Order: sequence, then structure tokens, then C-alpha cells
Amino acid sequence: MSRFSKTLVALALTAGMGAATAFEGYPGIGRPATPAEVQAWDIDVRPDFKGLPSGRGTVADGEVLWEAKCASCHGIFGESNEVFTPLIGGTTQEDIRTGRVRALAEGGFPQRTTMMKVPTVSTLFDYIRRAMPWTAPKSLSDDEVYALLAYMLHLAEVVPADFELNERTIREVQERMPNRNGMTTDHGMWPGAPASQGGIGNGGVPDVRNVACMSDCKPAVELVSALPEYARDAHGNLAEQNRVVGPVRGQQTVGEAPAVAPAVAEADSAIKAGYDAARAKGCLACHGLDNRVVGPGFKEVVARHRDRADAAAYLAGKIRSGGSGVWGAVPMPPQGQLTDAEVEAIVNWLLSGAKAP
Amino acid sequence: MTNPAFRPGRIRPAPENFLSEEQIKAVAAGRRDFLRSAFLAAGAAMAAPAAMAAAGRGAGDPAILELPEWSTSLGKPVATNPYGQPSKYEAGLVRRQSPGLTRVPGSSVSFTPLQGLFGIITPSGLHFERHHQGWHDVDPNRHRLMINGMVKTEAVYTMDDLMRLPSVSRIHFIECGANTGMEWGNVAVPTVQYSHGMLSCSEFTGVPLKLILDMCGADYKKGRYILAEGADGSSMTRTIPMEMVESGEVLVAYGQNGEMLRPENGYPLRLVVPGVQGVSWVKWLRRIEVGDMPWGTKDEAVHYIDMMPGGLHRQYTSIQECKSVITSPSGGQILLDKGFHNITGLAWSGRGKIVRVDVSTDGGINWKPARLEEPVLSKALTRFNCDWVWDGKPCILQSRAVDETGYVQPSYGQLRKVRGTASIYHNNAIQSWKVSESGEVGNVQVL
Repeated sequence: MSRFSKTLVALALTAGMGAATAFEGYPGIGRPATPAEVQAWDIDVRPDFKGLPSGRGTVADGEVLWEAKCASCHGIFGESNEVFTPLIGGTTQEDIRTGRVRALAEGGFPQRTTMMKVPTVSTLFDYIRRAMPWTAPKSLSDDEVYALLAYMLHLAEVVPADFELNERTIREVQERMPNRNGMTTDHGMWPGAPASQGGIGNGGVPDVRNVACMSDCKPAVELVSALPEYARDAHGNLAEQNRVVGPVRGQQTVGEAPAVAPAVAEADSAIKAGYDAARAKGCLACHGLDNRVVGPGFKEVVARHRDRADAAAYLAGKIRSGGSGVWGAVPMPPQGQLTDAEVEAIVNWLLSGAKAP
Repeated sequence: MTNPAFRPGRIRPAPENFLSEEQIKAVAAGRRDFLRSAFLAAGAAMAAPAAMAAAGRGAGDPAILELPEWSTSLGKPVATNPYGQPSKYEAGLVRRQSPGLTRVPGSSVSFTPLQGLFGIITPSGLHFERHHQGWHDVDPNRHRLMINGMVKTEAVYTMDDLMRLPSVSRIHFIECGANTGMEWGNVAVPTVQYSHGMLSCSEFTGVPLKLILDMCGADYKKGRYILAEGADGSSMTRTIPMEMVESGEVLVAYGQNGEMLRPENGYPLRLVVPGVQGVSWVKWLRRIEVGDMPWGTKDEAVHYIDMMPGGLHRQYTSIQECKSVITSPSGGQILLDKGFHNITGLAWSGRGKIVRVDVSTDGGINWKPARLEEPVLSKALTRFNCDWVWDGKPCILQSRAVDETGYVQPSYGQLRKVRGTASIYHNNAIQSWKVSESGEVGNVQVL
């Protein structure tokens, strides 16, 4: 259970933290964890690969999984900027050699992709295993995590098409990570010990020094930026975001102030439940009401299928089992997180016209 | 004392036929600022002069002369609202998202309406939100805290266990490392809610993590780092230095402002890491591991890394450096009138107490000290106030905080010189608000 040697325990005891017997000070509180419990939750993988489970996965395995479970949000090539910032792109063979991503220094790449930034391959393994897929985190087996990561690394041209990632080859991959030399901890914003004392920061020394000048501090005011006119309206009506009493009011920025709140007709509750489910369960991340996001807009879907005799059953089946090819190459994964009642509510809402209530 | 109905306010509503030819031209030209505001804000106030005319000019304020319904009828009984709600007139002061900032609402931010808050405590329902994979309302009886790694006894605690332990209550600010991040390169958002609203301050109640690690026999000699992990889908993880835990500051907290944490803020258990950016205050806290090196997690290797000129990223940036902002008058607001105003704002530092805040009304050429309101606490928001008589001329308001280490909040020019404009995180520059002759306040940047 305990991970370190008797020597370390002895050291800990001599450090004088007063825990000669665990739980002594607070009898009846807490209990030892079982090995199975620790194994169930201790899923982190460190940069030195402590915590890495054994397993294996090939690029080819990963490609199949990727298209089923990842492409709908991240794009077939991990390049999509529709739902999340892109994972892949912006790295070169030269970066793989140097360990510094040149595009970060030179700019010109529209987005900083995950692969441009991440210095440690352990980070990707750890994160995919604990948090992906988005709607079903922790559902991947260790082999699946290896395979998906192998495919991602291949998309970034860090590994070849016939590569197998496993607990041994992942160490070689670390030596090819494009931004492995792109980090520094030489700054004053780490609250622990400085590197000179075994820590990682500079001991808290700030990088910018201002002085509290009180008068005639500069010859003139250099105004370099102001809110563009078009950006004033982008956050709604500011008049409605301030108090109605006090020394100030909010500026009227959008539309007319409603004289009286319009009476909102009570939406049919069953229809509204479908909309609410679609919103809460992430459907709107990929489908707009009117517009395409990753998949088709909901109204397009309704328009195409509404007249089928089996429209309700057809749509329910597509939601439950996913599909591809009807609207384009990006597949929709099965939405197993939805209950039957939710699927039914969403279908009813779709067939009612897919409007926001 | 002036009668408010007759007060010569700069946005006092005027009937349309009072417009000068010039003003009509301005409106026709599409300047849709104070004039329209004036008309639309007029609703209630317009009634007053009319009523006064009816009552006989000079008789007095109808708000006094005509008894309102709340003075002449029976009010509602106790417990009408078992959990009390703000007045319906306060409905504008709510958490809001910044349109276009993120594309997935489950991994997004809502901002605290700093423009309307008083004192230093953020009402729990207005505490900013940042979720990495959505939020849940976690069943407290099924929640567990596990301690593992370099400890003598790896252990499990229920909420019952944790709430039996000796507790402390402390007031601390929490600020997202990306607060003001949209403004690194130029002005991008209109109000202080969006520019600084990933900032809140609460009284947190819980158990010092050190007490729990002591119970488990942590190896403080070798185990110089802890990993904190959440129970949500993202199981968010961050590395925290053991020095902070040993100082007794880091809390395993269940209480917030006298009640349990709100679900959006980590119910039933979160880590409190005073002075450090919000991402380290892991919500729905399920596990603490003691180890001998940092973990390089997603939120310390892909996000929450600060890019410097030259393309190098600073990793494990954690401390929120000294910062302040004037919350009123602030961007998107309009002053009712010239004359006396109270400039009010917030100052804070992740390195300790605020010792001083200076305010400038001329864009930073001259400064005068503001009053710091009690209490002034370490790693908590500090409220400052400064008297000001506005003469109706354009001016630029700024605040500049100094903390107990002597660190002075920097200007945009100073900050950009060292860190460029692509860092995203840890923008603690002096904020400028430009007051125009119309009384409108706008977001601007001054070097």
C-alpha cells in the first residue's frame, strides 16, 4: 500500500510532523484506503511516466477509434476549430529535431494548437484517459488511450503510420515532442521553493518593477487602445447590466429598452424538455438550431426527415446509434449518455420544429 | 438640498422637441449614445415632472407627496421565499458569459458583476464560474476524499469525517489566471464584469490540508508537491507546492459565506489555495496525492501556461500578483451628473496584504492615495474609495495598488515590455476608464 521504503518513513518521522501513528490525534476519523480504491482513483501519469499503465495501441487502431469517438468534435485530422481549439497543426520536422516550435516564436499560425504547446507526452496520455471523450470521460480502456494517442502523434508527424505506442515506445516519443524544450519555470509566480533550493521557480522575484510616483509622473497620456464601436454592442445591452439606482446607470447599447417585459407564453413543457435535454447533453455543441456547426443544423434535419412515416423512430435511432454519410464525412458518435426519456423528448422537440422555446 | 426632480443632471431626460439642431444631426448621423440613453432611461423620471405639474409646481416630490403602495397596503408574510432572493430591481446584476469567448458552454466562464458590488464579499450566487467539463450537483454522502502517494497511511475520508475535524474560516479572493486575458493586446470588452469579473472573494470554512496530511503521515521531506484532483468528468488536476500546505493556508473547504459551497463552486468540497490562481482551487475535490515532482497536467502543460516573446512558455505560473481596478465609475456606465462622486474599487495581491491604493483622474500623470476600507486582509479583496468632484470634462480614471512586499501594480507599457501581448494569463496591468463629456465611461488602455 505504502509506496516508499522504511527509510523514507523514518525520515518522515524524524521530520517531526507529529504523526507517529496515523490518525492518532483524531480517533474515529478517516480510515486507510484499500489497494483497490487507490488503484481505481490514482490515474495520473507524470512526466517521468510514473503511473503509466501497461498497454499498447497502433496508429491504425487509433484511426478507427478516432473517427468513431473524437472526430465529431476535433475533426478527422485533429485540425477542427469548430468546437474546441485545434489539436494538431503548426509543428514541423525541424521542431521535432529542436524541441522548440518555431511558429510560436515567429507567429503567423492562426491558433496555438495543443501539439504546438504541449512539452510532455505524458500530459496527453493522462488527459485523454481521465477526461475524454467529452461526454463519456473515463470510458476508454488503456489500450484505446494508447491507440488514440498514437494516431494523434501520427497526425502531427511525430510517429510513422506503422507505429505502435506502448509503455516502452512512449519514452522514445518524448524525445520527439515538438515543444519539449519550450517551457521555462524561471519566473516569480511559483509560490514554492526556488530552483536553487530544489524547487522550480525563481523564489518569487517579480519580472516587472513599477514605482509609486505621485506627481508629474509622465509628460503626457499615451492612449493606445479604446473599445471599438462595433464591440460596444457585442455584450448585450449594458443598461440592463447595471443597477437602476445609484450614481451611475448602464449605457443603452443594443436595441430599444423594453417598456414592459413581454409576457412569455408558457412553452409546451414536453417540447421544452426536449430542447432542455438537447442543450444540457451537449447536442448543441455540434448542431445549431439553424446553422451547421460540426453536424447539420437541427432545422435542416427536421426538414429532411419530417415527412418520413417512421420519422420519430428514425431520428431516435440516429441519436442512439450515431451515423455518418448522411450529412457529410464527419461521423456522429452514439449518444449513449441519453436516457430513453431524453431521446424521446428530443425527437418530439425536433419534430415540433426544433425551435428554442 | 436640491429637489432631485429639478436637479440639472447631464442625462436628465428632455422631451424630444428640446433637442437642438446639432443634437438632432448627431442622432441622425447614427450617434446612438447618451441622447438615446437619456430618452430610454427617462421612463420613470418622466412621470415625476408630469405629476409635479399636476400637483402644483413646487409643491414637492411626488415620491413623498403621493404615498406609494408599500406604505398603504399589507406586505407579504415571512418565509414567502424560504431561500431569500435579491429584489426584482437588482435583476441586471447577474453572472454573464462573454459572447464568442468560448464555443462550448460546458467548458467556459461566467463573470461576476463587479460593477454593482459593494465591500469585499461576493454573494455566493454571483461567484464567477469556470468549469472544464460542466458542473454537477454532487451527492455529499457519496463523495470521498482520498489521500495517497508519499504518506505513511493512504486514507479515505467521508464528508462526515471532514466536517468533524477542527475547522477554520478565512476570507480570501479567488481570481482566474486568465482574468483580464482578453485585454492583453488591446481593449476587447466593454465593462469591468468582462474585463475583471473572473474574480470573487468569500469566507471559506474547512480544514487545513496540513492537518489531514499530518494524520496520514505525509513525507514532508521528499514529498515537496501535492496533486489535487477533482471528481468531475475532467477530474481537473493541478500541482501545488508543499510549502503552501505547510504554512497552514491551504484548506480543504466545504463552507462558503456561512453555508455550504454552491455546486458551481465545488459542492461539497474544494481546495482553497490563497493567493494562487483559481484553477488550483480544485472543485469537487476527490484526491490529494503527495509526490516528489510536479505532474505536468493538461492545465499546466497545454493551458495555464504563459507565452513570452520568443515563444517560450512559462510553466507553473500560479501566484496572482498585485492588482486593482476601479469598479465604479467603470466601462459601460454613464455618470448621472457632474459634481461629487465616490470612486470605488477593489485591490488584491496573492503575496499578502494591500498596503496602499493610489487613484489618478488624469491618466496616470498625478495620483492621490485612496482610503482603504476595513478589513484589510492577506490574500483577500480590499475595498478602496476616493472622493472625486467631476467637473464635467473628459478624464481618465486609474487605480494602482501596492502590496506588503512593496510590489507596485504595473502599467500596460511595463508589462508588455517584458511579457509581450500573447501571454493570455496573468494580466495585472493598471486599468484605465475614460470619462467623456457626456458622462459615458469607456474602456481604454494607457501605456
